[in-house]
Amino acid sequence: MSEEISSDLFTHLVELAAFELSPEEAKYLHQQLNNQLKSIHELEAIPLDEQTPITSHGVPFTPAISPPIREDLWQPSIHSVEILSQAPETDEGYLIVPEIPHTDLE
Amino acid sequence: MELCDLPAHQISQMVHQRIVSAAEVVESTLKRISEVDGRPGSLDSGDIQPEDLQNVHAFITLNALGAQDRAREIDQILARGEDPGLLAGVPYTVKDIFCVRGTPSTAASRILANFVAPYTATPASRLEAAGGIMLGKVNLDEFTYGSSSESSAFQPCPRNPWDTTRVVGGSSGGSAAAVAAGEGQLSLGTDTAGSIRQPAAFCGVVGMKPTYGRVSRYGLIAFGSSLDCPGPVARNVTDAALMLNVIAGADPHDSTAANMNVPDYMQGLEKGVRGMRIGLSPDYFRITFPDSKTGEIQQASIDEEIHQAVLRAAGRLAELGADIVDNVPMPHTHFGVPVYFVVSRVEAASNLHRYDGVKYGYRTPDSVENVREMYRKTRGQGFGIQPKLRILMGIYVSAAQYSAQYYNRALRVRTLIRRDFEQAFDQHGKYRLDALLTPTTPTTAFPIGDVYGDSVLMQYADQMTVPANHAGIPGLSIPGGIANDGLPIGIQFLGPDFSEANLLRIARAYEMITESDEWRKRKPKILEESI
Repeated sequence: MSEEISSDLFTHLVELAAFELSPEEAKYLHQQLNNQLKSIHELEAIPLDEQTPITSHGVPFTPAISPPIREDLWQPSIHSVEILSQAPETDEGYLIVPEIPHTDLE
Repeated sequence: MELCDLPAHQISQMVHQRIVSAAEVVESTLKRISEVDGRPGSLDSGDIQPEDLQNVHAFITLNALGAQDRAREIDQILARGEDPGLLAGVPYTVKDIFCVRGTPSTAASRILANFVAPYTATPASRLEAAGGIMLGKVNLDEFTYGSSSESSAFQPCPRNPWDTTRVVGGSSGGSAAAVAAGEGQLSLGTDTAGSIRQPAAFCGVVGMKPTYGRVSRYGLIAFGSSLDCPGPVARNVTDAALMLNVIAGADPHDSTAANMNVPDYMQGLEKGVRGMRIGLSPDYFRITFPDSKTGEIQQASIDEEIHQAVLRAAGRLAELGADIVDNVPMPHTHFGVPVYFVVSRVEAASNLHRYDGVKYGYRTPDSVENVREMYRKTRGQGFGIQPKLRILMGIYVSAAQYSAQYYNRALRVRTLIRRDFEQAFDQHGKYRLDALLTPTTPTTAFPIGDVYGDSVLMQYADQMTVPANHAGIPGLSIPGGIANDGLPIGIQFLGPDFSEANLLRIARAYEMITESDEWRKRKPKILEESI
């Protein structure tokens, strides 16, 4: 496996990530991604038998050390006014965003 | 010696006994900060000035008035005959990746520069509840993405107190630099690939990555959710144990925090190492990395001085009665970085989708036609280069058509990394180790600007530390000597799940037997020059 991230694929990834990039930034990021891929390709050399399971986190979460499931009880939240005050734009408790592109149904 | 140079456990004792007041301790610490720290990191900080090159720049937000108020409060609690807690009057800093209510909680990123946390992270609230005094929030790599703290959007970035032309390491670089320079006895850091241990090694202090789940992640701005571990940065092993006593334990707000009793890490700390089995592995004395042009895998030895420091430590521990076990195979160690390139990126990309200019944080001031353009401009302007790099790689390696070949494969190799440790620590196996002794880093602190920009080489600074994050096990870095370049060398102890008490005990034994060594008397250069 020695593929690289092509220019087209890079553009697609940038679109998915929702980034507006300067040409210099794009060039640097594209190059660094392909450099990192060279390192990742090292994983190809490792013999893995079919039975090797995945590890999604190191320490096993056994029932003995897992917290019990909490009761589903209502608890007061921190102030919504305080939280909403962090938003760039609000109106009467609503978050305001620019026009959302949409298509009107016939 | 100034109050700010005394260890945390001694400060707590003196404050409890009312030999000194918390207010005096805070004044001493604020004076030190004014002498060594220089201007705090900020956005749009302009050019670096000549005087910036001589300072530590650990802080993003210094809350001097808040610390003074809190000190008075601690003194009043004592005056009433009440106990403020284990950390009475101990000044500490918090890596600016934790939410602390009412403070800017920036992650060292433009995208969160105006975010004021509405709640406090569990480990931070435990430090406060134990009578500690928060001085402020310290600098880091943006969103913790780096090994030098240079990628912070808040410049000037921290500089190493031992030599201000060198990096502090990262990403808990502000934490390690602050503790080394007497700017707070303790700091709350996080470790995702070595981000506590590597800067601790570079700055000559003690740093512990606890077992995953030992310390709650609630209120930690997430990077790699299966890897992130909050932990202590301290000036010595006893202080690290004291701090872990305070921050460890179950938390109803974090279902991944282990529901286990926390032992008293101070108890038995000085029981010694007689009969303990401590391993050395050749796989931790070399680094493996791809050539930046050809991609060919190369091997190199670690710095000889660091190698010798580890062997010296093993010799001293053997004098104390530990059994040193040579040649423990850890064959998957060098896959730690490539696995990390995949796993951490997928988790980072997932965690960073939430920053969209809608709910909190930065929104582009540019006029936009629609919400999509707002997202693109906000994220393009708000994120620095390192978060962008991680998001793009995370999206790529987890895409449906690539995930079997990259993400799933990396998670299976992660299993092999964990198995290396399980075999070494298996009490019925061949090696039956209590701990593995390794270097923390392959080199001492490198010059500022030397590695930054090469994201692959930078990541390889974590080669000795990242396997513990994949495996979830605890790791502890302590000073193990001073190299000929005058910079600290870190040595690392790794142990099985939840074996923090043993690691601290071994490290304390080493600290005690080397107490009168010449290198122990050396101080960071900035303290010799500025004070």
